[in-house]
Amino acid sequence: MDKTTFDNKPTINGPMHTPLKHDSAHKHVTGTAEYIDDIPEPSGTLHGGLGLADRAHAEIVSIDLSAVRSAPGVVWVITAEDIPGFNDVASTGQHDEPLLATTNVQFHGQIIFAVIAETRDQARRAARLAKIEYRDLPHWTDIDSARENDAPYVVEPMTLKRGEPETEIDKAPLRVQNHMYIGGQEHFYLESHIALAIPGEDDEIVVWSSTQHPSEIQHMVAHVLGVANNAVTVQTRRMGGGFGGKETQGNQFAALAAIAAKKLKRAVKFRPDRDEDMSITGKRHDFRVDYDVAFDEEGRIHAVDAIYAARCGFSADLSGPVTDRALFHADSSYFYPHVRLTSQPLKTHTVSNTAFRGFGGPQGMLGGERIIEEIAYAVGKDPLEIRKLNFYGQRGSNRTMTPYHQDVEDNIIARIVDELETSSGYQARRQAILEFNSHSPVIRKGIALTPVKFGISFTMTAYNQAGALVHIYNDGSIHLNHGGTEMGQGLYTKVAQVVADTFQVDIDRVKITATTTGKVPNTSATAASSGTDLNGMAAYDAARQIKERLIDFAMRQWKVGRDKVEFLPNRLRIGGEIVPFDTFIRAAYYDRVQLSAAGFYKTPRIHWDRKAGRGRPFYYFAYGAAVSEVSIDTLTGEYLVDRTDILHDVGKSLNPAIDIGQVEGAFVQGMGWLTTEELWWDDKGRLRTHAPSTYKIPLASDRPKIFNVKLAEWAENAEPTIGRSKAVGEPPFMLAISVLEALSMAVASVADYSACPRLDAPATPERVLMAVERMKAM
Amino acid sequence: MSEAIRFIVNGDEVTLGDFGPTETLLDYLRLRRRLTGTKEGCAEGDCGACTVLIGRLTDHGLRYESVNACIRFLGSLHGTHVVTVEHLAGRDGALHPVQQAMVDFHGSQCGFCTPGFVMSLYGLWLSNGAPTRADIESALQGNLCRCTGYEPIVKAAEHIAANRPSSLFDPLESERIQIMAKLWGIHSGNDTITIEKDGARSIVPASVAVFADILAEEPEATIVAGATDVGLWVTKQMRLLNPVIFINHLTELQSIASDETGITIGAGVSYSQAFDVLSDEIPSLGRLIDRIGGQQVRNMGTIGGNIANGSPIGDTPPPLIALGAELTLRSHSGRRTIPLEDYFLSYGKQDRLPTEFVEKVFVPRPTEGSHFAVYKISKRRDEDISALCGAFHLRLDADGKVETIRIAFGGMAATPKRAKHVEDALLGQEWSWGIVSSVRDAFGEDYQPLTDWRATAEYRSLTAKNLLTRFFLETAGAPAELRRFELEEA
Repeated sequence: MDKTTFDNKPTINGPMHTPLKHDSAHKHVTGTAEYIDDIPEPSGTLHGGLGLADRAHAEIVSIDLSAVRSAPGVVWVITAEDIPGFNDVASTGQHDEPLLATTNVQFHGQIIFAVIAETRDQARRAARLAKIEYRDLPHWTDIDSARENDAPYVVEPMTLKRGEPETEIDKAPLRVQNHMYIGGQEHFYLESHIALAIPGEDDEIVVWSSTQHPSEIQHMVAHVLGVANNAVTVQTRRMGGGFGGKETQGNQFAALAAIAAKKLKRAVKFRPDRDEDMSITGKRHDFRVDYDVAFDEEGRIHAVDAIYAARCGFSADLSGPVTDRALFHADSSYFYPHVRLTSQPLKTHTVSNTAFRGFGGPQGMLGGERIIEEIAYAVGKDPLEIRKLNFYGQRGSNRTMTPYHQDVEDNIIARIVDELETSSGYQARRQAILEFNSHSPVIRKGIALTPVKFGISFTMTAYNQAGALVHIYNDGSIHLNHGGTEMGQGLYTKVAQVVADTFQVDIDRVKITATTTGKVPNTSATAASSGTDLNGMAAYDAARQIKERLIDFAMRQWKVGRDKVEFLPNRLRIGGEIVPFDTFIRAAYYDRVQLSAAGFYKTPRIHWDRKAGRGRPFYYFAYGAAVSEVSIDTLTGEYLVDRTDILHDVGKSLNPAIDIGQVEGAFVQGMGWLTTEELWWDDKGRLRTHAPSTYKIPLASDRPKIFNVKLAEWAENAEPTIGRSKAVGEPPFMLAISVLEALSMAVASVADYSACPRLDAPATPERVLMAVERMKAM
Repeated sequence: MSEAIRFIVNGDEVTLGDFGPTETLLDYLRLRRRLTGTKEGCAEGDCGACTVLIGRLTDHGLRYESVNACIRFLGSLHGTHVVTVEHLAGRDGALHPVQQAMVDFHGSQCGFCTPGFVMSLYGLWLSNGAPTRADIESALQGNLCRCTGYEPIVKAAEHIAANRPSSLFDPLESERIQIMAKLWGIHSGNDTITIEKDGARSIVPASVAVFADILAEEPEATIVAGATDVGLWVTKQMRLLNPVIFINHLTELQSIASDETGITIGAGVSYSQAFDVLSDEIPSLGRLIDRIGGQQVRNMGTIGGNIANGSPIGDTPPPLIALGAELTLRSHSGRRTIPLEDYFLSYGKQDRLPTEFVEKVFVPRPTEGSHFAVYKISKRRDEDISALCGAFHLRLDADGKVETIRIAFGGMAATPKRAKHVEDALLGQEWSWGIVSSVRDAFGEDYQPLTDWRATAEYRSLTAKNLLTRFFLETAGAPAELRRFELEEA
């Protein structure tokens, strides 16, 4: 028997609001954490290879697969006509994304066929033997050429409007019109996509998929197989990183594996090579922001009119909600008295862009921060002054309404920024940098403090629901399952803390189990930073139901009032008696108490009317701010991030260690997006940065040399979320905007800060040098 | 003649004769041994998820180095000890201090890169008892993490460095004597090994002389030393290579010696092996070496290979050309020595007969009072391929005029190439800003670079000129290069 049941510990191991280690940390460091490629393969497992288009846009004239079929080890070749159900893996239901191309290809790397062979090596080699004839069609791969070609939109654009921007924009004393290019980003999860399909009897199939969205994989596999959803079970224990890249992009691999497994009655695994993964799965959207801002001599904004055009790729995928969220964040933390924001989700002949941490929000916010920079350089002030002047106000200030007509009710940005400004010594350091720059010919420095305000909830209201399943077995051990997926963010750990805390048992008693569509149905993607908010609450609901039954049981059995039943660490006090938890559970079992419950949660208070551009899409906002200091070399454009200080709001943290990890990781990932991570397509429409040798994410030696990260310990969610915590996955990503703007200040020093450098992203050494050259020429 | 290689995997002695010349260590570990702690992240030696240690006998005893298992071929493992993450924890399951620190400092999130980080940190633990922050970052240059932002990993590494227990159970320390004895036993055979599978052959020659003879008979063979380039021909281009001659074990090619005239570097000397000598003798070159690949690639890749493959963007040829290095090529019938710059004929074409191999490179010591610098420009500071790489070697006469100058660039032409027009414009001139700034445009006559994903032609051209400016400023005592760590910190 577990000895802990007899001790009198004042607290349990792993309650809420404590810095518990990641539940799999021990397995990570010993190499025993199982990812899908590590699961022992069923005997006879076959492997898939992919036949990819090598044209950006073309009609397929003919396909000759004879050499593929006769290659060593090849068992089967799948083409579109072999798909038993629908040739469609569009997550939107728009039917614009075939699983396998048939009559035409719309991006370089689109899948035309798949090879199933005895080994992965054989499948990969065979896939290269196809002879495909094409008739080329005109293609365009970027936003400007899409506009030149009058490219269609992949979804209906959205407009947000408040006030009278058309007239007000002409009335203000000052006005700037310009544009900004914002690059995309590859997720570079360390574990590439993978799916392992194991056929069952009748129409059944089990698919292990590295996915953030097991339910969508389930629905898509059923759709391509032409069977009901109940025939398909999808399981995910953990991903080696997701970041949004595994929200919809796993569909194709799971679908192909499932088709082959059912046909061949053998297990089938698809694990694309890294280069294939990077070439054929979507990325963060590139944007071009055309902005028109009117303001006064103080730097106060009067009106903003901006168009956010996005490279969406060949199909819609999530481009609709991504470009929507860009508009939702075009205000950053600022009140725009009169505003019009319009999205242009442009079709391009590139892989269909998708979710990526922030989901359009970072691009939206970056446009807003560029506007602040423009104003600051136009009126000759520190951008921080302009920021403070334009922050949303507190309730009753008449400066709380967003462009989408939701009031900002929980605004703490001014306090966050003030505290950080002081703790980082911003003003003194800025003065020192101005002084340094005045006599340093080659090396220049910059510093910037930028804020973050990020709206939390899926803007598709229906997705804001979650389920969980909790069992207590009759030995007192607890089984926890919920619809959220673990990709490293510590969701499983946090939800287990909720359950342990609710029952007041040590967390080691809570078995965290793989996410599966068989236990919790109709789940939403683990995305939009919502994992803990939704699943934590659903698990709490399940635990609470059991706890209620247990209290009733105790009152009945011990004949005491409700106030005499108390859950202490690993034990209960019932009347005057102390009962170990597992003894109590066994007694409850013998009394036929139901020790299992399904929990459910849906986010309250939210609604959204996209057509009208009005509603309350967000339950609450998460806030933060960062100060970054950089040095640049004006001869080469090379730079270093010398120091970053962050103060971030996660409400009342459920797990400060995990939350700090999210903040640091998101910041560095955001820094990569804005500095060295550059996607480069050639004139044939081929992505040439499709591997870590050519696509450069940050290294340990790129992170800020001094890196001070703090959570706002006083913060609490104004809304009754789980433990009054706040979502943390995405918001800190945008703290990295401080790096881009610090680089911009260093560049501006070359022209004595007389003009906005308009440094676009990513600010590679080349872009920094070219901006320096522009400043020199002024 | 033998038909199997012998090596040790963790605690198991292995005799293996059933493999093709391009089968990787990673596939062997994961598919044949089910040692799945070692992960595949990129299959090109960039992400480090597949990091394992390889121990081998050297002049300094048994030495363990981190390598990328994904581009390491089985044929290169004869007489080595392969150590994977599964070997690290104690017999009772207790975590090694490196692993414990990674747990305690929250150094893992998704965990996929973690075994690779653990192995890199363990490699550092074995080789450096008191690493600085610069040492730690250098050791982690070949490991990508997308979740943590690295901060907790570096904190874990610093904790390990500051709190190293005086004694503990460390698997490789406690087994050292037995492992050495076993490896000596394997090497005592010293036969040439030839392994054939499905008609494809791996050849492990017993000596350099045997290698020369084999190459004379098999001029179409692919020579593999570090495999940091050839590895990608296999994993990415899926090329079938046959036969492959493995030479990484030939210690005869791994000597590095310096005397008053210069430094002689054997073709098989890895970047790591060369680092200490080069950073002592020519500090700028040492700093460059530290920015080539990650630690795993520097442990595998050789300077000889970097030259021999003839890449226009190899990092070592520009500085070696600027220093006036000479290359010695050897075949079964003898040797010849040529100026290194003459080795590069045109794109993809070098002055090497199929029966020849690069034996060594001689680097003349820069003369007292001369100035030498090499600058690598890349999108990301570390573990990136150069957009351009420029090297400058200047000697002034007593009057402050340019007596000799050699300037060589990579990334600016189809081969590593000297800037002869710029050199000619400077020769005999006063080394002054007026003169230097007036000759910058002569680069346009030397180089017409291309635009690609690493940089535009415009950026390359401008930066080449600006690097001359940087070099001038540095010779004038005005350092103009950003460094993350000052010397006292490193």
